[in-house]
Amino acid sequence: MTKAALARTDGLQTVTSDDPVVQVRDICKKYGNLEALRGINLEFQRGKLTTLLGPSGCGKTTLLKIIAGLVPATTGEIRVNGRAVTGPGPERAFVFQDFALMPWATVLRNVGFGLELRGVESVERNRIACRYIEQVGLAGFEDKYPHELSGGMRQRVGIARAFAVNADVLLLDEPFSAVDEQNRRKFQEDLLQLVELEKKTFIFVTHSIEEAVYVSDRIVLLSPRPGRISRVIDPSIDRSASPDEIRRNASYLDVVEEIWQGLRQYAE
Amino acid sequence: MQMTASPAKIDDALGTSKKAPATVGAGLRRFADEWRSFWVVLSLAILFGAWEIAGRVPISYAFPTFLETLSAFGEMVADGSMIRAYFLTLQPLLLGVAISALFGIGLGVVMGLSEKAEWLLAPVFIVLQAAPMAALVPLVTFVYGIGLTAKTLAVVMLALPVIVLNSYKAVRHVNPSLVDMCRSFQGTRLQQIFKVIIPDASPVLFAGLRLGIAAGFIGVMLAELLITPTGIGDLITYHRSVANYAHMYAAVASIIAVSTLTLAGLQYVETHFLRPEKRRK
Repeated sequence: MTKAALARTDGLQTVTSDDPVVQVRDICKKYGNLEALRGINLEFQRGKLTTLLGPSGCGKTTLLKIIAGLVPATTGEIRVNGRAVTGPGPERAFVFQDFALMPWATVLRNVGFGLELRGVESVERNRIACRYIEQVGLAGFEDKYPHELSGGMRQRVGIARAFAVNADVLLLDEPFSAVDEQNRRKFQEDLLQLVELEKKTFIFVTHSIEEAVYVSDRIVLLSPRPGRISRVIDPSIDRSASPDEIRRNASYLDVVEEIWQGLRQYAE
Repeated sequence: MQMTASPAKIDDALGTSKKAPATVGAGLRRFADEWRSFWVVLSLAILFGAWEIAGRVPISYAFPTFLETLSAFGEMVADGSMIRAYFLTLQPLLLGVAISALFGIGLGVVMGLSEKAEWLLAPVFIVLQAAPMAALVPLVTFVYGIGLTAKTLAVVMLALPVIVLNSYKAVRHVNPSLVDMCRSFQGTRLQQIFKVIIPDASPVLFAGLRLGIAAGFIGVMLAELLITPTGIGDLITYHRSVANYAHMYAAVASIIAVSTLTLAGLQYVETHFLRPEKRRK
C-alpha cells in the first residue's frame, strides 16, 4: 500500500518536470497469464541518463524493449518527442546486451549498418562510422571481425553503431553485463564522457546498484512480479570529481546503501 | 571432412603427448600449421598403403590391390569408357542437384520465415526425408520410364528433402537479437532477410547443401544401378559381371573421389566468398 502511494507521488513529480523526450503512459504487458509490467508511468528528461534498476524478473528489459518498439505493449502508450510510436524509429537507437554484431561483417560495416539500412551511400557511411569508431576508442580496428575483439571491444562497436545513426535517445540493455569487472569500470567512465560529449538522452538498464548510482542522473527502481515502479531516486552526485573520489564519496555510498535496503527484500 | 579432421588430431597428439625438446616440438608444430595439405596427403597415403597391403594378403579374391585399381583406372580413362560414363552420370546429377538447391533453399527459407508455409510444407518433407527412397526409385521407372527424367527425379527425391529441412532449420535458428537489431534500425523486411537472416543462416544452409549433394550422389548411383545401367553405374555392374574387380573398384573409388572433391570445393566457395571472417582464425 505505502509503496503504491510512493510510486504515485514520484509519478506526479516527474510529470511536472519540463521537456520530456520519452513519455511512458499506463504501460501494461502480459505474456499470456503472466503479468510482466503493470501501470508504468514515466518521463525521461532530455539530455539525462536515466537508469531502470531492479531485481531479475522486474520487467526492466521488457520495458526498455517496449520503449524501443521491439516488443508491443498490451495496453498503454509510448510518446517520443510528443508523438505516439508503435514501432522502432530513427529517434531511438538500441544497444544490445549480447552486442548483436554481425559476425561476417567488419567493425566498419557493423558500425555503419544502421546507416546502410537507411540507404546512406558508402563513402559518407564509412566517414561517419570511422568518426564514431575513433570516439569509442577503437581506431585501428576498422577491418577486424567481431570474433577478433574482446567482449568489451565488441560492446564498444555496439555503442558506436547506436551513436552513428544520430538518434536522440539511446537505449542500453545491460550493456556491460558481459564485460569483465575491470573493463566495466573503465566503460562506465567512458560512458559518462560520451554522455557529456554527445548531449543525448540515455535510458540504461542494469541490475548493478553501484553501476546505476555511478552513471545515472535518475534511477527508477522497479519491483518484480508484476513489474511496477517502486521508487524514483535522483542521486545528485557531483561528477566533477575524479572517478575514484566519486566511488569513495559519502553521498554515493549512502545512495547505494539506500537502494540496497529497498531491494534486499527481493534477494533470495 | 574426415580428412581435415584427422590431421588436426595428429597435430594435437604430437603437441601434447610427446615431450620433445622445445625447438623440435615448435618446429613440428610450425610445419603442421604451414603445411596442412601435407597431413591430408599423409592421411591418404596411410589409407592407400593399408589398401595395398590388404589387397596383397589378399583378404578376398575379389579385392584388388590399390596399384591394380589405379592402373585399371588409367586404362579406363585411356580407352574413353570412364569419360563417356561420367558424361552420362553427370547429366542427371548436375540437373537434379541444381533443381534441388534452387527449390530446396527457396522453399526452406520460405518455411523458416512464414509459419503458414511451415504448416503446409514441413510435414511433406519430413515424411519424404524419413521414407526409404531406394524403395521408391523403381516406382519412378514405372511412371517416367528409363530416361534422363527418371534419373534426375531420383536425384531430386534424395537431395531435395535434406536441403529443404536444413534450410528451414537454418532460418529458424538465426540469432533473434540480430533480427531485433535490424528492426531497431528500421530495416525493411527484405533488408532483414537478405542482410541479416540469410548471411547468419548461411553456415547451416551450406551444411544442408553439402548433405543434399552427397544425397544426390546416392540418388544418381541408385538410379544407375536400379533403373538402367548407364554411366558409372553401368561400369560398376559390367565389370562386376565379368569379374574385372580392379576395374569395378576403380569406378567405385572414382565416384567417391568426385563426390569428396565436389563437397570440398563447395566448402572452399563458402569460406572464401561468403564468410570472410572464417578465413582469419
